[in-house]
Amino acid sequence: MEIKDSYELPLSKERVWAALNDEEFLKNSIPWCEKLERRSETELAAEVKLKIGPMSTRFTGSITLSDIDPPNGYTITGSGKGGIAGAASGSAKVKLVEDKDTSSTILSYEVSAQVKGKIAQLGSRLIQSTAKKLSKNFFGSFVKQLEDMDKP
Amino acid sequence: MSEGIGASVQRKEDKKFLTGKGRYTDDINRAGQVYAHFVRSDIAHANIKSINTKVAAEASGVVAVYTGEDIDVGGPICGWVVPNRDGSATHEPPHPLLAKGKVRFVGDAVAVVIAESLQEAKSASELVEVDYDELPAVVNLETASSGAEIHEGMAENRYFDWELGDEEATDNALNSASRVVKLTVRNNRLVPNPMEPRSALAEYDELNDSYTLYTTSQSPHLTRLVLAAFMFQIPESKIRVVAPDVGGGFGAKIYVYVEEAVCTWASKKIKRPIKWTADRTQAFLTDAHGRDHINNIQLALDSNNKITGLRVDTLANLGGYLSAFAVAVPTYLHGTLLSGLYDIPAIYTNVKGYATTTTPVDAYRGAGRPEATYLLERVMDQAAREVGMDQAEFRRLNFIPKDAFPYQTAVALQYDIGDYEPALDKAMEMIDYKNFENRRSEASKRGKYRGIGVSSYIEACGIAPSAVAGALGGRVGGWESASVRVDPTGTITVTTGAHSHGQGHATTFAQIVTERLGVPNSSVELVHGDSDRSPFGMGTYGSRSLAVGGVAISKAIDKIVEKSKKIAAHLMEASADDVEFKDGKFTVAGTDKETAFGDVALAAYVPHNYPLETLEPGLEETAFYDPMNFTYPAGTHIAEVEVDPATGVVEIVDWAACDDFGNLINPMIVEGQVHGGIAQGIGQALLENAHYDENGQLLTASYMDYCMPRADDLPSFKVGYTNTPCTHNDLGVKGCGEAGAIASPPALINAIINALSPLGVTDMSMPATPQKVWKAIQDSQSVAAE
Repeated sequence: MEIKDSYELPLSKERVWAALNDEEFLKNSIPWCEKLERRSETELAAEVKLKIGPMSTRFTGSITLSDIDPPNGYTITGSGKGGIAGAASGSAKVKLVEDKDTSSTILSYEVSAQVKGKIAQLGSRLIQSTAKKLSKNFFGSFVKQLEDMDKP
Repeated sequence: MSEGIGASVQRKEDKKFLTGKGRYTDDINRAGQVYAHFVRSDIAHANIKSINTKVAAEASGVVAVYTGEDIDVGGPICGWVVPNRDGSATHEPPHPLLAKGKVRFVGDAVAVVIAESLQEAKSASELVEVDYDELPAVVNLETASSGAEIHEGMAENRYFDWELGDEEATDNALNSASRVVKLTVRNNRLVPNPMEPRSALAEYDELNDSYTLYTTSQSPHLTRLVLAAFMFQIPESKIRVVAPDVGGGFGAKIYVYVEEAVCTWASKKIKRPIKWTADRTQAFLTDAHGRDHINNIQLALDSNNKITGLRVDTLANLGGYLSAFAVAVPTYLHGTLLSGLYDIPAIYTNVKGYATTTTPVDAYRGAGRPEATYLLERVMDQAAREVGMDQAEFRRLNFIPKDAFPYQTAVALQYDIGDYEPALDKAMEMIDYKNFENRRSEASKRGKYRGIGVSSYIEACGIAPSAVAGALGGRVGGWESASVRVDPTGTITVTTGAHSHGQGHATTFAQIVTERLGVPNSSVELVHGDSDRSPFGMGTYGSRSLAVGGVAISKAIDKIVEKSKKIAAHLMEASADDVEFKDGKFTVAGTDKETAFGDVALAAYVPHNYPLETLEPGLEETAFYDPMNFTYPAGTHIAEVEVDPATGVVEIVDWAACDDFGNLINPMIVEGQVHGGIAQGIGQALLENAHYDENGQLLTASYMDYCMPRADDLPSFKVGYTNTPCTHNDLGVKGCGEAGAIASPPALINAIINALSPLGVTDMSMPATPQKVWKAIQDSQSVAAE
């Protein structure tokens, strides 16, 4: 399964990059994230609670960062187990491009994901829409947090 | 007689089913019972590095946890094999009861957790840790031969490579044809979906060292035989298998699956009864799927549009393990039917059966015959279009003429009797074929594309003459048994090896007794489904219950009548040769002496006045019947559809079915079977499809994604009959259980193509979903615009 999308953020590339590498900041941008801990320079442990269609489940897994190219982007690779709901794994290439005219940053990502077990059997057709909704929520609160920080 | 053969007697069994009083396996509970839940692979193809059951075994309520390493008995076996083209044998890889070292499809059972409650078993199964080393999935049938090796040492993932017919003669016919019609079709994979999911309740009796297994089976005696002789290697008499009320099977409940075998095995280990019932997701993942063929077809025609040859090259997807009759379905139940009801001098077929990392595939309503009919009726339509003939007339031209029977086909079978034109004519009349073009133009004014599609089918039922089955690779016989017991008061108990799971045997089998012995239908009781209570029998599948099991009952009644006449002769002081039996009364020819059947029954059990010196008391007879040939039901179905170009939705506006099932015992039940079969065929043609993603995940594993036909998808069917009674069984019957599912898919697809043919559409794959139909319309319009 492939998901591609991009967001225009009214912020400089450096600000976005810094936020993308701040796990506390990320955690606060993900309302369904219950745990996000840095284990090393490139590894994080995560615990998220998700509702996909008829299933509500808690995923625990690890996230690895690679192809780190500050402040232009990185690749996030992750896999998680959701108990009887099955498992998911995938990677996302994240790229940041600054638009000099508007002094904003275009964040684009390409996700390729695989799901297994009950999620595939029961929720596969809901995953695309769920993923879109989650990323919209994520970037919404991501931007709002940055904007709030800018307020006097 | 109003309750005998030919009467639409109301189904005796319906009262309990319609009032929710059926007693199914899951309704049965035993003292001290525990529950099994299976840990299943959620990866299609992987090596198992390790399984850790320690935490699960210590969880609340858990009685035992077992993996493949704990099991010391064999797994499911293959019930039919065929020789390969090069003379070697079908590859039969082992199928362990629980995966050993490797998993081969999503749903493959890896471990079983047995606990005091189902909830505890399910919760603890989450604690079983399986460490997999993932391997590439093999999903695509066309490229399965170059996929990752699924079974050790099985080259190109091929189970078998079989052929039938005269290749040289067929290729000569193709080379010298005035036209060769070519077509490739896919028969979509289906999930059987009986209303009741599979279930098992196994109990071990320590004192007798014996097992009782209650299970959802279409053939309890075969389940017992396979469990005892092949899996457990214990005396057959130490296992009793009971299949109580069973809520539909459609083929999926013929085989012995791993779950009931594991429960039976474990019931001895823990010495407690164990229950397992599949939930719907497990049913989707583990019930043997149906169909999944790709057929490359070449049909040779001469300059008079007569068929001179047919070549079919088939790929069959058989899944991760070889299920019991998986090999028979695409070969002897498919290749032998390729002549259809047409006179085809040369036929050749090659079938390659492949393993993929998907659920095993086996018989599903029709089993091989729907696939044969679909490809044949699609190519017949294509040929009629290419030569510019009416689809019905092209078929009529090529029908086997009625004076050609018995007809030897080019693919092994000999049809005993048939007459195909009357069924075609009647179906055409029922649907008003001749005025179709008026209806098409009327529909066109309303903006709809209207189409009509014909499907003429034949099937081989009543499997099987044992000698033939054996010669072709079958490992079981094809006979059936019946025992008829006349009770002292004249009521009748019939026991049969056939199994009723929706077919209405309690009613139809009683009608045979009523007809022959003159007792009311309500005095006849049917016992079936219990290996301890009925003589060994083969079960119900392949539309065989009446044509084989019903005839066995008739044979047992022959013996009852013969003995009764001797008793009656004694009572009436006459010679048995002069005694006649009719309408429940014995009379002596040329006299006014008579005695009732009930008096004879009483005399048999209270033999105060009885020829004890020459005749045993009692009145109970058993018969085994092995048929001489298959039976060959045939007929024509015609579908009429309207396609909405704006949405691609196909509406079935009319349906005419004219079938030749030979003599009918209960026309109401036959009509019900026809309706049900057509509904399943419409499901295949319009709605149903088992879809795997490239990783071998079944994406259509619930009713949200797997679309079953509902009442509002179906028209009101017009059902009619012709009758050429079967020549080689006493009842002249042929079988009706599968015909609807065999005849209907090509009728519907042909109707859709016919509707869209003015746009230039010549192909449509199953299921013809609105999206697919809409796209075909759009594509044809963009072609027209260029």
